[in-house]
Amino acid sequence: MLLSRVAERVYWQARYLERVENMARLLEVFSTLMLDLPPGTKLGWRTLVQITGSEIAFDGRYKQPTERNVIQFLLFENNGMSILDILSLARENARTTREIMPTEAFEEINNLYFYVRDRAAKTLTRGERHKMLDEVIAACQQIWGMLAGTMSRDEAYSFVRLGRGLERADMTTRIVDVGSGNMLPSLSSTEAQPVRVEPYENILWMNILRSQSAYQMYRQHVRNRISAVDVVKFLLQNNEFPRATAHNLTTLSKVLARLPNNTGVARQVNKTRQMVQRANVNRLLKRGLLRYIDKLQIEMAAIHQKIAETWFLPYK
Amino acid sequence: MRVNWKTYNPGNFFDEIISSPGYARKPARRLASYLHSLTHEKLQEKKTAAALAIKTMGISFTVYSDAGNIDREWPFDIIPRVIAEKEWNRTSKGLKQRLRALNLFINDIYNKQQVFKDKLLPKELILNSGNFREQCLGVQPKYKVWAHICGTDLVKDKDGKFYVLEDNLRVPSGVSYMLENRRVTKRVFPELFEDSYDVRPVTEYPAQLLETLNSISPRRLKSPEVVVLTPGIFNSAYFEHSYLAQRMGAELVEGGDLVVEREKVYMRTVAGLSQVDVIYRRIDDLFLDPSVFHKGSVLGVSGLFNAWLKGNVALANAPGAGVADDKVIYTYVPQIIKYYLDEDPIIPNVQSYLCVDPKQRQHVLQNLDKLVVKPANESGGYGMLIGPQASKKQLADFAARIKANPRNYMAQPLIALSTVPVLGDHKVEPRHVDLRPFVLQAKDSYVTAGGLTRVAMVKGSYVVNSSQGGGSKDTWIIGDD
Repeated sequence: MLLSRVAERVYWQARYLERVENMARLLEVFSTLMLDLPPGTKLGWRTLVQITGSEIAFDGRYKQPTERNVIQFLLFENNGMSILDILSLARENARTTREIMPTEAFEEINNLYFYVRDRAAKTLTRGERHKMLDEVIAACQQIWGMLAGTMSRDEAYSFVRLGRGLERADMTTRIVDVGSGNMLPSLSSTEAQPVRVEPYENILWMNILRSQSAYQMYRQHVRNRISAVDVVKFLLQNNEFPRATAHNLTTLSKVLARLPNNTGVARQVNKTRQMVQRANVNRLLKRGLLRYIDKLQIEMAAIHQKIAETWFLPYK
Repeated sequence: MRVNWKTYNPGNFFDEIISSPGYARKPARRLASYLHSLTHEKLQEKKTAAALAIKTMGISFTVYSDAGNIDREWPFDIIPRVIAEKEWNRTSKGLKQRLRALNLFINDIYNKQQVFKDKLLPKELILNSGNFREQCLGVQPKYKVWAHICGTDLVKDKDGKFYVLEDNLRVPSGVSYMLENRRVTKRVFPELFEDSYDVRPVTEYPAQLLETLNSISPRRLKSPEVVVLTPGIFNSAYFEHSYLAQRMGAELVEGGDLVVEREKVYMRTVAGLSQVDVIYRRIDDLFLDPSVFHKGSVLGVSGLFNAWLKGNVALANAPGAGVADDKVIYTYVPQIIKYYLDEDPIIPNVQSYLCVDPKQRQHVLQNLDKLVVKPANESGGYGMLIGPQASKKQLADFAARIKANPRNYMAQPLIALSTVPVLGDHKVEPRHVDLRPFVLQAKDSYVTAGGLTRVAMVKGSYVVNSSQGGGSKDTWIIGDD
């Protein structure tokens, strides 16, 4: 029988690990994107700070959102939000669940932590950074594979899937945010040097898909040229693609069914899932996508609340 | 430069590998020539590989003073320590004998107290011990065993024989390092295991421990609910707690995970409360239950002691078992063995002088500068005098203390700990070691094959403690062939 305290740590371990992977994906796509976009656009590194919801912390430390500052902030600074810090949280949770999780997985997380720690300072140059981020993403994938290949489908594994699924559903909405809400207006609004948006919109969405390793699957699924509507629909509403928000919410429902006392959580997950499936993306893209995504993130925070109340809090 | 056994010089000490310059003892011959066959670079390579394996495997221990860095990698020397099986079998018998006698003694103290009536030792000695728990009077745990897990510290003196330095009957630690040391050595020296030596495996310990714990369950279940109770991640032995829980497939719980209802112990799980049968507790008696012992303890569980009294849960080791591991009681263990088992002790104690005895006290006071003086109820080296290293003032001060309260002190000669070779950056050098085997007892007894060898990594030092620069080694019990 799984202890409540252990369930909580396993859940957070999965969330942190997924967060690390997504942060690495975001940094990677952004670094590439900046090479493709024309000079004179206002699209800046600050966007990354906004997506990760860390504006206040960033502004408290830096005056300018330069590449160097933003990368330092999100990659290895000791601020509770950087990849290195989240990785150390994942490691700490892994260290305190060693009696439950496969030893090999702990060793991988441990190694990944040392790998990033020892290289972080060198990654201000793009070449090194690219290599390291690739390595981080690959290592995370390897850990997920290891867990899938070695853990019994018991309660502990259910909490791994809950943590990962919820974090992934949430992070995908943040990535959709990059394309829709934050960047396009700034792309087009440099008055001194007006830049035509269309040629770059394609590049932008393609990179967003790539950040989620979704480009290929998208291509098989959608035959048209890349468009905002299709990409947003794919990332939010597709039920087959494993990084799409809808797919992850469906997974949560399935996992929940195997856990005791699940009604409250299940209700909240269903509510959120319907909100995703019923969304009219065409209309939202014209107006209100930002607000819609904000609301969606609030619903997902409520899923976490329910999970905590149901399974974690009783031990306190 | 290769390892040169001719220039290796252990001085006046008993070295466990080299008997005289260039000559290895019989059980260590193949190891010595194997080490000699490796180039310096190859040896250093293996040392690096071991350090890397330790880092990857996350083998760590905690240093309290090391703020912000709560886990540190485990210092390890790659050259194994070799002990012949024949010698070990005898030692192992002696360890079982000792624990059997100690358990009978503890059970007697908390029940009939025949030992006082027969005047083997004065009753006050026990009643005044800081580890005596009067709340345990009248309790008889299953098989009359109180100390299920014991870590006995052994040392070799100049004569190359094992002596018992100390019995640890409360929450002895170190066994996980013994197991991990073997794992690392297998990665580093696979060829030695394959070709040269028949090394007795140590891996069965967690299974033996689980069997011991299962057997003391009050409920007769096929698989009772066994948990390991830890003070949490900030404890220096946390790695070991989680390691043993994992290897046994037991839950690792903290005080907050447990609750007592209707004199039974439950743990809080995602599906509600679930009953616990056996608790392998890794917290001290006084923190077990705030309703009986330390009121402010947040590590323990309120009502736990009463659940144990009622026989609804087993505690290993039982509360109060520590009464048999204070320094003055130690001096009586040979007589305790004789008294309860009518056998002669197989492993001798280190020669000890009880200050309460006028004749022995006289000897201690006259030879204070050659002796180590220990107080009865302290542990961890507190309040100790190391005569050969003390100043005149310290000696005079201690002499006064002994005269004022003779009952509280015992003295031993400073033991010339044996040495084994340790791989430094440039050459192999002798360092002092001790050995902590682990002994289990419930219905049957079990002793680990070897134990945890601790090494003083600093030249000439006798301090083997990991928090003070000590390291460890793999320990090989090898068959004669």
